[in-house]
Amino acid sequence: MLTVLLDGVASGMLLFVLACGLSVTLGLMNFVNLAHGAFGMAGGYVCVLLLNRHGVPFLACLAAAALSAALLGAVLERTLYRWLYGRDHLDQVLFSIGLVFMASAAVDWLMGARQQLIALPPWLQGRIAIGDGLATVGVYRLFLIALCGAIVLALHLGLVRTRFGSRLRAAVDDAVVARGLGIPVDRIFAVTFAVGSGLAGLGGALGVEVLGLDPTFPLKYMVYFLIVVAVGGANTILGPFLAALLLGVVDVAGKYYLPEVGAFVIYTAMVVLLLLRPQGLLARSAAR
Amino acid sequence: MSGGGTLAAAAPARVGRASRGRWGLAAEGLFWAAWPAAYLAFPDYLPLLSQVAIAALFALSLDLLVGYAGVVTLGQAAFFGLGAYTAGLLAVHGWGEPLSGLLLAAAAAALLGLVTAPLVLRGGDLAGLMVTLGLGLMLYEAANKAAPVTGGADGLQGVEIWPVLGLWRFDLFGRTAFLYSLAVLVLLFLLARLVVSSPFGLALRGIRANARRMHALGTPVRARLVAAYVLAGAYAGAAGALLAQTTQFVSLDVLAFQRSAEGLLMLVLGGLGRLYGGLLGAAAFVVAHQVLSEMTPQFWQFWIGAALVVLAIAGRGGLLGLLAAGRARLLARRGGGGA
Amino acid sequence: MTAPAALETRGLTRRFGGFAAVDGVSLALAPGSRHALIGPNGAGKTTLVNLLTGAIRPGAGAVLLEGRDVTALPQHLRVKRGLARTFQINQLFPDLAPIEAVTLALAEREGLTARWWRPVRAHRALAEEAAALLARLRFAPAEMAAPTRDLAYGRQRLLEIALALALKPRVLLLDEPAAGVPPEESREVLEAVAALPRAVTVLLIEHDMDLVFRFAERITVLAQGRVLAEGTPEAVARDPRVREVYLGEAAAHA
Repeated sequence: MLTVLLDGVASGMLLFVLACGLSVTLGLMNFVNLAHGAFGMAGGYVCVLLLNRHGVPFLACLAAAALSAALLGAVLERTLYRWLYGRDHLDQVLFSIGLVFMASAAVDWLMGARQQLIALPPWLQGRIAIGDGLATVGVYRLFLIALCGAIVLALHLGLVRTRFGSRLRAAVDDAVVARGLGIPVDRIFAVTFAVGSGLAGLGGALGVEVLGLDPTFPLKYMVYFLIVVAVGGANTILGPFLAALLLGVVDVAGKYYLPEVGAFVIYTAMVVLLLLRPQGLLARSAAR
Repeated sequence: MSGGGTLAAAAPARVGRASRGRWGLAAEGLFWAAWPAAYLAFPDYLPLLSQVAIAALFALSLDLLVGYAGVVTLGQAAFFGLGAYTAGLLAVHGWGEPLSGLLLAAAAAALLGLVTAPLVLRGGDLAGLMVTLGLGLMLYEAANKAAPVTGGADGLQGVEIWPVLGLWRFDLFGRTAFLYSLAVLVLLFLLARLVVSSPFGLALRGIRANARRMHALGTPVRARLVAAYVLAGAYAGAAGALLAQTTQFVSLDVLAFQRSAEGLLMLVLGGLGRLYGGLLGAAAFVVAHQVLSEMTPQFWQFWIGAALVVLAIAGRGGLLGLLAAGRARLLARRGGGGA
Repeated sequence: MTAPAALETRGLTRRFGGFAAVDGVSLALAPGSRHALIGPNGAGKTTLVNLLTGAIRPGAGAVLLEGRDVTALPQHLRVKRGLARTFQINQLFPDLAPIEAVTLALAEREGLTARWWRPVRAHRALAEEAAALLARLRFAPAEMAAPTRDLAYGRQRLLEIALALALKPRVLLLDEPAAGVPPEESREVLEAVAALPRAVTVLLIEHDMDLVFRFAERITVLAQGRVLAEGTPEAVARDPRVREVYLGEAAAHA
């Protein structure tokens, strides 16, 4: 029970790190980016390649995954994405589905369709007992919780305490007004997009062990990311974070207790949550 | 617009009419004449031609919803799949009569549309978009897990379809399958053309262009969109039923997200909101698939993706948009100082 | 009590968060009257219009149309009861020709937009009525058939009015009909406003004091969500509180 809960929390935090960049894309630019998972996949494969083929230390692999995904995000944002700002959702949907297909096909061609596996460093392996044998939990899960927790905290502080953060929040609240105030919304967005892609890349690398990694990654987890953002809203860290935790726990619990129903649980959860709580981000973009 | 006639007379006549005229009529004639021609010219490719007709019907359903009513969906495969499983299951359980099977499949899909429309059309278009995605995936998973009924990942086996109208049995060469699919496509196309040229169709175009104004005109916008959603669902259901009946097999693919995305691709490839756009796009798509997937399947997926990216960035006129633009340029050059 | 007011509000209130955008507004428009609603920016005019049309719901108070309470009715049903509006910012159909747009409005008025079994062009009477209506607003045949997006801005403002008129409203809300129209095109818009049939009760929401004083028989001044003053143009122009709100702007025109 506790094990399931902790596993759920760990994968929820991982989902948050993967998805939080998307909340900015959706919230700030009202852009439906179904290709967000592709950046996660990119990070995952960078990590796998460096670790398995070149023996780079795990932590360095994580950093490389984040950096390369951020770079990829920055390049694509400047070259392709910016053409579709302000266009209607159909164009954005088509564009980003197209990117997903291209990314999946390219990875499939380069790396094959199989699940990628990594060997974690010894210090992250094994399980430890907690609460007098009440439950055991994997060391890696604890590592995930600690690392992702630190990222959440850093993002929160960055958003609340820094000038960049306050400008970003202003821009998400009302891009038109923010522009009028002389806030360089486009540049803020470009930077945030790169950071969000980088975090997705980090999440993808961290997730190889937990979520798996194969060419269908972006499509498989697209729904998860959308739920996190749609349910959580865009202007805070807390909303998507809670949504991600909830999702992680529900998902793990569903797979653990109701394996025969499988992913059905999560899709149902998505639809129900969307219907129960279309506020925040979604209600706002509807009102416009 | 075509040039002929005085404009005073042309003005009322223009209402509700798609841009036609002599060239348009000739192009329409050519398009439909191509089907029997293909039937005679490529007797070995009849199953492929059936695929084209079925894909065209699916794209037509998307055009009604996306191109006319302006509701973007990522889950149209749900209706296609439900139609396919309805027709397939009917046949497996002893009712192989194709026409009634087709109607029942369309009715089932329409019912699904009626039930889910309030969920999809409830919030903003972003929420609606995600709900269509979620519903599509739910149905896929449901069919996947309900293996005792649907056959799950192995597909639904043992679909036996009786002769069409008791006269034409489905043959090995796919002759009946092709003619049956084509007949259904033609009938439903004519119906769709009537619908989009009707006051209801004009109201849908109005809603797509400016829902706010439509509210202010007194239109019950939600009710019109529900009707469009249900109609599009029925069309997709009919397309799915055709696939099940002509291939005598239903696989999980019918419900896959890929199918919803490919439908949108066909539509934007041909051109949105023109009815013929979806048909042309479907033909181009299926033929391209046939040619390209002889190489590796990943290649094919890569090029679909590239096509989507390019079409999204380039705008949505599609093939028909290019044709129209070319004709306008030609007319402008020829017209010179006239008109 | 003689005939009920064509349009009436009683204590209409709407808050956004803690801010009362419209606060206890009571208005009554006599049938066939020409009434103007003025007020500085942020006075709550837009919110009031949205409450009247039913685009948003009030927190308190009621809206009555010809004596009947329509507070609970959604927008489209109020239109069916005879309440039409134009928009301050054009809400048109860029791809449709004016003749198509007006035909659409007429089809809606006649309750035909649920019909799918006959082409629009088979409803000949609609197209003829649409052409006649547009001709009355001095649309040339060529303009009627060209896409709306190609029309001059002044013509688009006229089309705004045409779409509302097509509904044969008994009460018409005109939201800054001449806003943004260049002077050389504005005469036609003003003429169209002046030529509105007398049977139609008109509420004009306007910034342009010239137009207000030329057109209105009664004026309601809104400030900070409340009715600041109401009366004949002369009385309102003399009202010192109104002069204060407008910082002499109204006084200059009176």
